[in-house]
Amino acid sequence: MRTLAVTVFVLIAVILAGNTPAMAQQVEGNKETVEIGLSTDTIAITSGFRGTDLTVFGALDNADPLIQRQGRYDIVVILQGPERSFVVRRKDRYFGIWINSESVNFQNIPASYSLASTRPLQDIAVPKTFAQLALGVNNIFYEPMPDGFNSSASLREFTKELPRLKLKQNLYSQRPGEVQFLSSTLFRATLSLPANVPVGKHIARAFLFRNGEFLRQSSTSLNIVKAGLEYRIYKAAHENSLLYGLFAVFLAVVTGWMGRLMFRKD
Amino acid sequence: MTGSGSELGIYLPIAEISVNIFVLFGMGAAVGFLSGMFGVGGGFLITPLLIFYNIPPAVAVATGANQVIASSFTGALTHFKRGSLDVKLGTLLVIGGIIGAAVGIYVFVLLRQLGQLDLIVSLLYVIFLSTIGGLMLVESIRAMRRTKAGQLATLKKPGQHNWVHRLPFKMRFRASKIYVSIIPILTLGAAIGFLSSIMGVGGGFIMVPAMIYLLKVPTNVVIGTSLYQIVFVTAFTTVMQATTNQSVDIVLAFLLMSGGVIGAQYGTRIGQKLRGEQLRALLATLVLAVGLRLAIELFVTPDDLYSIAIALATPGSS
Repeated sequence: MRTLAVTVFVLIAVILAGNTPAMAQQVEGNKETVEIGLSTDTIAITSGFRGTDLTVFGALDNADPLIQRQGRYDIVVILQGPERSFVVRRKDRYFGIWINSESVNFQNIPASYSLASTRPLQDIAVPKTFAQLALGVNNIFYEPMPDGFNSSASLREFTKELPRLKLKQNLYSQRPGEVQFLSSTLFRATLSLPANVPVGKHIARAFLFRNGEFLRQSSTSLNIVKAGLEYRIYKAAHENSLLYGLFAVFLAVVTGWMGRLMFRKD
Repeated sequence: MTGSGSELGIYLPIAEISVNIFVLFGMGAAVGFLSGMFGVGGGFLITPLLIFYNIPPAVAVATGANQVIASSFTGALTHFKRGSLDVKLGTLLVIGGIIGAAVGIYVFVLLRQLGQLDLIVSLLYVIFLSTIGGLMLVESIRAMRRTKAGQLATLKKPGQHNWVHRLPFKMRFRASKIYVSIIPILTLGAAIGFLSSIMGVGGGFIMVPAMIYLLKVPTNVVIGTSLYQIVFVTAFTTVMQATTNQSVDIVLAFLLMSGGVIGAQYGTRIGQKLRGEQLRALLATLVLAVGLRLAIELFVTPDDLYSIAIALATPGSS
């Protein structure tokens, strides 16, 4: 369970899928391709899961040998969890008591985000490039809910706190240097799957840069599911909540009853 | 977030944290022991202790209510067999209780969406624990002084009639030998039901004195009738919490209940041998200490002023 999902994909197919606005940015006429692969499309984690590393293998093909020797190809790999709505709250002091006061709701926020790169991001390209690609913890679009009545100052404040809180919970992480070339074409990215990784569909993306310029990206998806008795209980509580509640009552009655029987024997 | 990494750890599926089995079992046993010794439900101690152990307050409250069923059910059954239970009065209290609990669950959901649930739960506990602990302490110190002075401890005899008996919609309760309006009964039931859903308690500590002093119910049926109401109202609260908030953790509840059931038996035996004001003063001090600890947490500057949670209010989002 230390290292999950390992496979090499050495395809020479040209991947031009993707419809992000950033794709318009990519340089035309280059034949380099990047491809990543996972050995499985589903990972089941048990309740004792304390977090692990996920190794993603990938291939860089049709690379220019000269640029490669100079080490000017850079790769950034991310693993992004399912999108959820979150609320960030701030406590303020009223009559000496700390009370949640102001809050901002955000929507379509990746529940988890793990990034690995060949070098620190600032050494790979200029900040503007990453901003256009929405790549990196500080460049994710933190979209406030449209129904909010928050001032722009508080929006700015809470937008800054959201990634900080996510980093603190280990749900977001950035690991420069964790993408390593194993050969001229093969690379390995080590991403983090924290203990509290959300279940659902995760998307892995690889971004290829040459001389600070974004060339291409490719992606693959990964389903994270939880297994084990504890998760079945969790699922029952959420999907059959009435039956679950009745069972909880039944269990309490039986436990009380058993106690009485034990007491009588003495 | 996870605690010790030993094999004693168990993952709570709803609270979503790893805890030590023996800590929770011991917590249940200790509170069960106290409840057996003093004849109190113990719900008002379990919920704050769970909060101290980093269980989310929403889960602590819902699971607390579930746990109370186990300790009240057998007691209610015993009283039913003995006939020291007024079913008619109890049923009216249950009806009030269910209304109160339904309102309580609604308020609970609302507070959770507003992000104020943890605060309100703590505040309610601080108020109740310090009031009850304070009253108990004063009462037991007085009793101790009386014993020293060689006087007999006599309860002030409650007057035969008060304002409650002038209210309309009167009904006769044979087992309790009272003729009283249903308004205070339903109101009392509703108040207990409300507290049961917001605080995760049975509410016996309010129910018993209210029945004796307000409704003039004879003491021999008070405990049984109170337990009867507690069983049904906490059962209703558990099902409501499970369906609206999904915050009942049966693994947690089971650990607490099994500890509690065993602890209660030993508590009852010891309690029969050691009756005394000193013991009651000890319980009062404990109750006050728990209340004080909760109060301090409200005033201490948190490590992080900001917090993040899944937004609950949005329709359509999972």
